Amino acid sequence: MSMWDHFKSKTFSHGIHLPDKKEHTKDQAIRRLPFAPELVIPLSQHFGKPAIAIVQPGQEVVRGELIAKSDGFMSVPIHAPASGLIKAIKLHATARGPKTEAIIIQTWAGSNQRTASFDPLDIPSLTHEQFIQAVQDTGMVGLGGAGFPTHVKLSVPPEYRIDTLVVNGCECEPYLTTDHRLMLEHPEALLHGTQMLMHALGAKQAIIGIEDNKMDAIQALDEHLSGFEPIQVVAVPTHYPQGAEKLLIKVLLDREVPSGGFPYQVGVVVQNIATLSQLGELLPHNQGLIERVVTVTGTGIDKPGNYIIPLGTPIQFLLDQVGFYGSASHLILGGPMMGSTVASLDVPITKPVSGLLVFDDTSIEKVSDDIYPCIKCARCVDACPMHLNPSMLGQLATKHHYDAMQQNFHLMDCFECGCCSYICPSNIPLVQYFRIAKSVLRESALKETTS
Amino acid sequence: MIELRTSPHMKSTLSLTYIMRQVVYALIPICLFSIYQFGLSALALILVVTSSCIFTEVLFNKLANKTSKNKTIYSSLKDNTALITGLLLALSLPPGFPLWMSSVAGFVAIAMGKVLFGGMGFNVFNPALLGRAFVQAAFPVAITTWTPAGLSDRFSQFIPTSLTLPFSIPVPIDGFSGATPLALHKFEGISTTLASLFLGITSNTSLESPPFASGSLGETSALLILLCAAYLMARGIMGWRIPLAIIMTTLITSGVFYLFNTNSPSPLFMLGSGGLMLGAFFMATDPVSAPVTPIGMWIFGAMIGLMTVIIRLFGGLPEGIMYAILFANASVPLIEAISQPRKFGFIANKKKDKNKENKS
Repeated sequence: MSMWDHFKSKTFSHGIHLPDKKEHTKDQAIRRLPFAPELVIPLSQHFGKPAIAIVQPGQEVVRGELIAKSDGFMSVPIHAPASGLIKAIKLHATARGPKTEAIIIQTWAGSNQRTASFDPLDIPSLTHEQFIQAVQDTGMVGLGGAGFPTHVKLSVPPEYRIDTLVVNGCECEPYLTTDHRLMLEHPEALLHGTQMLMHALGAKQAIIGIEDNKMDAIQALDEHLSGFEPIQVVAVPTHYPQGAEKLLIKVLLDREVPSGGFPYQVGVVVQNIATLSQLGELLPHNQGLIERVVTVTGTGIDKPGNYIIPLGTPIQFLLDQVGFYGSASHLILGGPMMGSTVASLDVPITKPVSGLLVFDDTSIEKVSDDIYPCIKCARCVDACPMHLNPSMLGQLATKHHYDAMQQNFHLMDCFECGCCSYICPSNIPLVQYFRIAKSVLRESALKETTS
Repeated sequence: MIELRTSPHMKSTLSLTYIMRQVVYALIPICLFSIYQFGLSALALILVVTSSCIFTEVLFNKLANKTSKNKTIYSSLKDNTALITGLLLALSLPPGFPLWMSSVAGFVAIAMGKVLFGGMGFNVFNPALLGRAFVQAAFPVAITTWTPAGLSDRFSQFIPTSLTLPFSIPVPIDGFSGATPLALHKFEGISTTLASLFLGITSNTSLESPPFASGSLGETSALLILLCAAYLMARGIMGWRIPLAIIMTTLITSGVFYLFNTNSPSPLFMLGSGGLMLGAFFMATDPVSAPVTPIGMWIFGAMIGLMTVIIRLFGGLPEGIMYAILFANASVPLIEAISQPRKFGFIANKKKDKNKENKS
């Protein structure tokens, strides 16, 4: 961080400035893609317990129909993304790595794909519990990438009071433009969704925080704000990883979520743009989440853009539709900083996937493969948004001193934004080390509790 | 062929080799100016010290058998750190320093300052300063024998002491020695004008009537050092906290002493004289031997500034920056232990559950 950056930063301290790379898709209006002949719908697309399939192979389903119910509170149901025939329920490759149970739907080629209709909901008349149940019934999860069930986030422990709903419009990951387009094209859905949630939470106000590289979205929302008084739109300087909810709360409200704690402890619930605008559309009609907007971009893609994609669409089908001609070496689901690569083109698009980035060998910014020793330049210390000491953590990680990392250097506060690895001049894979350390620690903690 | 990787999939273009190369570029103008000032001897000194450093590094790579499929004994030179150590060490030596002694300094800098600790990234002390401290102890007379800058025959003739035979001690020769501004002030009470301190150039090269610019190769022009450091800072390569802390502490501490005793050097004289600028900007900022925590950097810098002033005013030596930096280097683990950053989300417990209390 140069001297100048230090003085001009008005947002959260630390973090990094990334090339935003959004120019190819930010002006592409959201378009719909055709249905793939076969959809793969994993039962576990969210954080929590997998859903339980309630359909049988050979059964016909209508688009929007419930096909898997939630398994308890920490789970969400799944609805049919297209009308068709249940071909099988079997193990299938997913983005997470191991094969998981998935429902395979063969879509009716000739179907008009009209969504099943349900009795509309009278939202204002619902009790808090009924509202939470209605949100769970939509199968909604955080569409920003976490995949955390939305209704769980709304179920604030009774001893806490929520005064502010923060709407996360940062979209701080490079390349991604889905939230940007949604704000431009569907501001009413977003504002309706926001208002519903404010009402349900009893929040006095809602703040939509948008990074200042999306001034047109800020303007579009401002134009629709009349009638939504307690909702305000705030422009925040573009700065990675501002979309992390703890940081956005700090920037907008100057409240600090305690280490290991949750936003409700400071009176806030954070929801992402895509989540709220989908809720705004689905909830009044009592419908389920069956499709989402995905930014498809990268090298070798003829028609980069923002597409409405039925959940379960295999990547291969998606690439065919956008005219992919290159030779992909990296397929990334999500953003380039926190997204994961997939090994197979059969992997389907699931609820939390906000982007599909395709890179070949030339486009991955590779400086050098040489890893040098840490020179303690402190760039990672200046970059870590949680104010950890990645330099020290990295040195401990190479020596497998995981307990010291956790106890003395607060490893568990790392949310794996990747700033340290991005900035490290010695090419040390810091965040990768931390991921390993965290999973080792989690496993040993699990062992201790079970034994 | 699809490759699996873990995020992040983007990488900053700022690499270690780039950083080190930029540091070398920033040192070149200072080297050139020293050659302009001191002539052949300066050129020879720079060449001998850097080649001694590089040779030592290769030698130890060979001894340690540090080779593998894509690594030769020359691989570790790619990062330029041995070159930087050599250049900095040369710039910290007096121009007439015997060449054989300077090769010893280079050897010690790399062997004891760097390789012994495990190579790049692991050294506790700044290697260049460690090398210099060694020769300061081993050859106290030679390292405090200064030659005035701008001698008329400097480009055709070596300073005689430069060519002292190996393992013999140079005899100071009249006409080729002069005192540094710091020594002049300390031992004879003569002040050098600020202009010549900062610019390093004086029109008057007569030996009898100071001020003339004299000192180690790289420390005669504070302005040039500032410019070169500004280049590195503008590129985001050099940290600004440590130099700023050193300069501020030096100004404040010497200012306090100046208030009580106007015979002591003025704060600006303190700043412009001796190796303070070179030390503050190019030696203390060596990231490996400095703290990584922001508060630690301030403490580290303040410690150097304070120690320098105290050594200069009360010590037996006219210059103190070298020992001040080495002392601060040694204190880094302690400094880091007390200066870990306040982690995000660690707030006083009272504030923590504000919203909870409101409700009840």
